[in-house]
Amino acid sequence: MVSSALSETQGAGREPVFEARGITKIYDMGEVQVHALRGVDFELYAGELVVVLGPSGSGKSTLLNIFGGLDRASGGVVRFRGWDITHAEDRELTQYRREHIGFVFQFYNLIPSLTARENVAAVTEIAEDPMEPGEALELVGLGSRKDHFPSQLSGGEQQRVAIARAIAKRPSVLLCDEPTGALDSTTGVVVLEAIERVNRELGAATAVITHNMDIAGMADRVVHMSDGRIGSEERNERRKDPRELHW
Amino acid sequence: MRVLDKKLFRELWGMKGQALAIAMVVAGGVATYILSASTLDSLERTQARFYAEYRFADVFAQLKRAPESIRSRVEEVPGVRHVETRVAAPATLELASYSNPVTAMILAIPDGRQPELDQLHLTRGRLPAAGREREAVVSDAFAAAHSLAPGATLAATINGRRKVIEVVGVVLTPEFIYQLQPGTIIPDFKSYAILWMGRKPLEAAFDMEGAFNELALRLERGANPEDVILRLDPILAPYGGLGAYGRKDQTSHRYLSEEFRWLRMMATVFPAIFLGVAAFLLNVVLMRLMAMQRGQIAILKAFGYSNAAIVLHYLKFTVVVVAVGVAAGIGVGAWMARGMSQLYMEYYRFPYLDFAVSPAVAITGALVSLAAAALGTLHAVVRATKERPAVAMQPAPPGDYRVSVLERVGAWGRITQPTRMIIRNLERRPLKAAFSVLGVALACGILVMGGFMNASIDYMVFAQFKQAQRDDMTVTFVEPVSRRALHSLVSLPGVHYAEPFRVVPARLRYGHRTYRTAIQGLEPDGELRRLLDAQLELIPLPTEGVVITDYLGDTLGIRPGELLTVEILEGNRAVKQVPVVGLVKEYVGLSAYMDRRALNRLMREGDAVSGAYVSADLSNSSRIFSELRNMPKVAGTTVRRRMLESFYETMANQMLTFAFFNVVMAATIAVGVVYNTARIALSERMRELASLRVLGYTRGEISYILLGELAVLILAAIPLGLGIGWVLSAYTVTSFATDLFRIPLVLTPGAYAFASLVVLASATVSSLMVRRRLDRLDLVETLKTRE
Repeated sequence: MVSSALSETQGAGREPVFEARGITKIYDMGEVQVHALRGVDFELYAGELVVVLGPSGSGKSTLLNIFGGLDRASGGVVRFRGWDITHAEDRELTQYRREHIGFVFQFYNLIPSLTARENVAAVTEIAEDPMEPGEALELVGLGSRKDHFPSQLSGGEQQRVAIARAIAKRPSVLLCDEPTGALDSTTGVVVLEAIERVNRELGAATAVITHNMDIAGMADRVVHMSDGRIGSEERNERRKDPRELHW
Repeated sequence: MRVLDKKLFRELWGMKGQALAIAMVVAGGVATYILSASTLDSLERTQARFYAEYRFADVFAQLKRAPESIRSRVEEVPGVRHVETRVAAPATLELASYSNPVTAMILAIPDGRQPELDQLHLTRGRLPAAGREREAVVSDAFAAAHSLAPGATLAATINGRRKVIEVVGVVLTPEFIYQLQPGTIIPDFKSYAILWMGRKPLEAAFDMEGAFNELALRLERGANPEDVILRLDPILAPYGGLGAYGRKDQTSHRYLSEEFRWLRMMATVFPAIFLGVAAFLLNVVLMRLMAMQRGQIAILKAFGYSNAAIVLHYLKFTVVVVAVGVAAGIGVGAWMARGMSQLYMEYYRFPYLDFAVSPAVAITGALVSLAAAALGTLHAVVRATKERPAVAMQPAPPGDYRVSVLERVGAWGRITQPTRMIIRNLERRPLKAAFSVLGVALACGILVMGGFMNASIDYMVFAQFKQAQRDDMTVTFVEPVSRRALHSLVSLPGVHYAEPFRVVPARLRYGHRTYRTAIQGLEPDGELRRLLDAQLELIPLPTEGVVITDYLGDTLGIRPGELLTVEILEGNRAVKQVPVVGLVKEYVGLSAYMDRRALNRLMREGDAVSGAYVSADLSNSSRIFSELRNMPKVAGTTVRRRMLESFYETMANQMLTFAFFNVVMAATIAVGVVYNTARIALSERMRELASLRVLGYTRGEISYILLGELAVLILAAIPLGLGIGWVLSAYTVTSFATDLFRIPLVLTPGAYAFASLVVLASATVSSLMVRRRLDRLDLVETLKTRE
């Protein structure tokens, strides 16, 4: 109840972190054109946790990549705090990712040659006001594993390192692309707990995309996508604790 | 086409850059092999055919003068099948179009017909007709150098008598494939001629009626030349025999043999390096390909493909790459070999060139490349097929890394994560890093070796022809004359100074080893001919004893202080023991030097000289040369400047061409290795680098990780490569050293700098190419593809 009320006030009273208007994305595959996004309007507000649901091919990853500055929209406008990222230069996008965006991927993408702590340090070294790598790892419950290499960590642990790496720079936005996709249910819950905690304690606007309906329960807001469009949107009355989820 | 083959070709096309770089290295190996082996093969075949068709003799002898009746005694020597006697007369020639002095050897042929041995191949015209006294044929090299054609006339001075000669033909002979003036080491086709005349007119001109002074023998099949020589020498000794010798000591044949030996070495060392590097590259690339195809291999196995089928599938990959390389290598190699053979033809005079890239050579090149490559590939493929399909279909676990030794030792203070990645990567696969370093180092080494020839040849010329021999011209007399004859030389216009020398043919003996050379009697404090050590310091010539070339000391196994047995092959034919008192550093030929007066005493003769080194102002040379021609005692004149020109025109040109080919090939290796190393690193690290880009790293920052690693490898490879270059050069120098010729090992900073620069340049180009790919890195795509 409390968190839901909070998100309402945020949604109503504040400027959105992201504001997308009519974005389209067309992949030109030679003879055929694939319309990945067909005019999407979307906002993400500070502090909220949004789950974007949709089957594969629905365009949810494309949307996330455009927000993260990894891909460009073919049409429409995306503003980050009022700044138009659709027309930003490549260098500006790099700087933007460096300062504001935290990414978590399905397959973790850790650097195998660096320990957990060093993977986090790879980000804190280039960030402006980062937390200590150790602190970020404590936040995801990995304080005791910080000197292990990726090869010595389980999948869930690797994903939590990835989360620590994403949040150590104190990003304004945390973008998670199928963060539990490669994990079993129990491990997945632990990872979601870490995401939830980071969202709560650091206040980073968080978007989690997944095709797993059961995860929707932990969100402030759930967005359903299909065929490149937003089909429906709903608000949860109460954010469920990830521990209440299972699949 | 089967689906698997389609897959293969598409994948090959996808990595065409790398495949091309490997093919280039293979092509380099094959091309160097084809170059050396084909040139060698063609020259050897041509030589054998020419020798057989024109009946090249087996044993040769020179003497002062013997009556023709001796011939029957020689014919009785067991093993002798045929004896050919002839007259050889030194002469000087005059050409209207050429002002420098020309020395000639005029040889007799039976009147109106071919000799039985060492026959002549007419390239133009005809042989001298019987009874036509003025007719002669000239050697092809000399004719070409002066554009002489049948119908031209020459004035020859034989035995002090001037005679006008009409050229009726141009010939080649197996005896003078390498045409060299006795006593010199560099062919000079302009200043030295060989002519053939009918025997009767030559006998008359040279006062040799009913006599001969040269002998050639053809032996029975299986006869040992050494045995024949042992019996022949006593027969000829009373007639001033200079000691008979077999083919292996015949000048032309010897030079050819040396050349062939050198080619043979080139045909093994270089291709071995190239193909070794290519095998290594294929191994690394295939390993990488296998790692990327892990999942696919698993699926193929799940479908029921056997391990053998999969191994075969990937071997085809190798075969295609190698086939492209072999084809290019054969093409380029054949093209270079033809050019090289043509270059050889310019001073090895063959009537024809049997040039062909023999199937045997081409097949050997292809098979060796294929074997090397297959060896590199099999390791990778077999390892890949060993993995169980179920495991292989899972994403690969993260690589197993550890904290590097350098970090544990604490040699680094605070290091950034990118630097840490570089160090750990290098430490994780030290063998791979070592191989990359070795590959680049070998290329660097070949470059050093290619470059060293230049400096060495320049140094050799400087030491031998500028420091030790400082005369402007050398005048030789027909026979030893009194020192007083020098006055006539000094009185020539422009001549400043003449320094006499005495040359006596001799056989040197120490223990069971002998060497035939000449003893040169020099003025002890001579200015124009000096004996120098390796540091170019003057070696004094004492009044007693002999100073010998350092390499002659090694050949005979004699050291200063020991007694050398000298058998003089002229005049009183004295045999004496003389102490070796010093070793002189020389790069050309093997000689023994004595104080001229000591040599005169040894010969029990007066103040005799064989010739003189002359210092002169040659700006008005034609007058000097024409007066020299008119001196009956003068047998020939050699001009130093002309000799050096000739050296650079022929030998240096040929060596440098070879060196140039090698440099091109080595640069190919350097690019091939460096580019592949960079590309493999890129494909291995693409995902990591894309992740870092997503995290906010700039292009420059991720390039540092990849190219930094490359830079470390290159910087480690260069010093190693320079070392390898030194070893290769030293090896070349040692194996090339013969009594004819020794190349000094001169490695200038320039040679090292050149090699380093080529490696750095290829590294820079490769880096730029990789950097371009990094800049185009598709972050979304890369992160999506699961390994």
